Amino acid sequence: MIFGRSERGMPQVEPVTLKILVAGGFGVGKTTLVGAVSEIRPLRTEEVLTEAGRPVDDTSGVESKHTTTVAMDFGRITLREDLTLYLFGTPGQDRFWFLWDELAAGALGAVVLADTRRLEDCFAAVDYFERRTIPFVVGVNCFEEAARYPAEAVRRALDLDDDVPVVLCDARERQSVKEVLVEVVRHAMAYTADDRASVST
Amino acid sequence: MSGEGQGSSHWFDDEAGPVVRPYAMTRGRTNHGAQHRLDLIAVVVTEPHGDDPEGDPSLSPEHVDIVELCREAPQSVAELAAELDLPVGVVRVLVGDLVDEELVHVSRPVPPAELVDESILRDVINGLRAL
Repeated sequence: MIFGRSERGMPQVEPVTLKILVAGGFGVGKTTLVGAVSEIRPLRTEEVLTEAGRPVDDTSGVESKHTTTVAMDFGRITLREDLTLYLFGTPGQDRFWFLWDELAAGALGAVVLADTRRLEDCFAAVDYFERRTIPFVVGVNCFEEAARYPAEAVRRALDLDDDVPVVLCDARERQSVKEVLVEVVRHAMAYTADDRASVST
Repeated sequence: MSGEGQGSSHWFDDEAGPVVRPYAMTRGRTNHGAQHRLDLIAVVVTEPHGDDPEGDPSLSPEHVDIVELCREAPQSVAELAAELDLPVGVVRVLVGDLVDEELVHVSRPVPPAELVDESILRDVINGLRAL
């Protein structure tokens, strides 16, 4: 493999990196959404087993096994040479929630994908971001076979604050996913602006 | 490893596959003492003088891969893990070694709350629209 060399002495461009999380229940389209706008790659992380995972992760016979492998989806969008946006699909199972804290630290914002046929699957994600005051947008993935509900109905069903954007989307469509992500960034801007205003007054 | 009396299959679980092998590259270390946990989107940059990592006998092939990849273009920790097909934890340890050796440096991401300059977020929006 041949690696290109940068000119000696030329400072490398160190990109500004930002991350947006993609959360939601199992099979709601998180992987599809990440893949619609970026080259998607699986990311392996090995984590120390926690108390929460103990009933699930049967370690009998392997008591010396203290870590477990968690795979998540990860996509990169190069916006400019010096500006990169990363998307991380959060692990779906509840027992990997401890991983979320690391992912959520420093995140610009999040998309909570929802399927109107099993809206309850995204309650946990909504709670998580509300509690940690991470700006999030609810993306209602409009599956063809599912009945359509207006965004306001979804907002009421999820008991969302008025300022949380609810967007109807199609996780397979690049254009649609771009709009969802733009909404996350806009919401994050408004959010931090509010934050500053409340601090300075 | 205390493998006595245990069949090798005990090192496997169906979902995870072998759990020991990757950390052989780190000589069993699962964290890097000096470093606090590197963010997934922290960017690793090869130092200008890190141009002959292969000549350094203390480095593993994976160390060398990281130095070379990050010379070509700075890479995030997540990208290195995906590119080298290694768990993130292993990459963190290896990058920590390279920082100690002063072959790379790591620039930590700016927390969004500290992005004083809103124009960056406008650039993100414009960049997304232009995709």
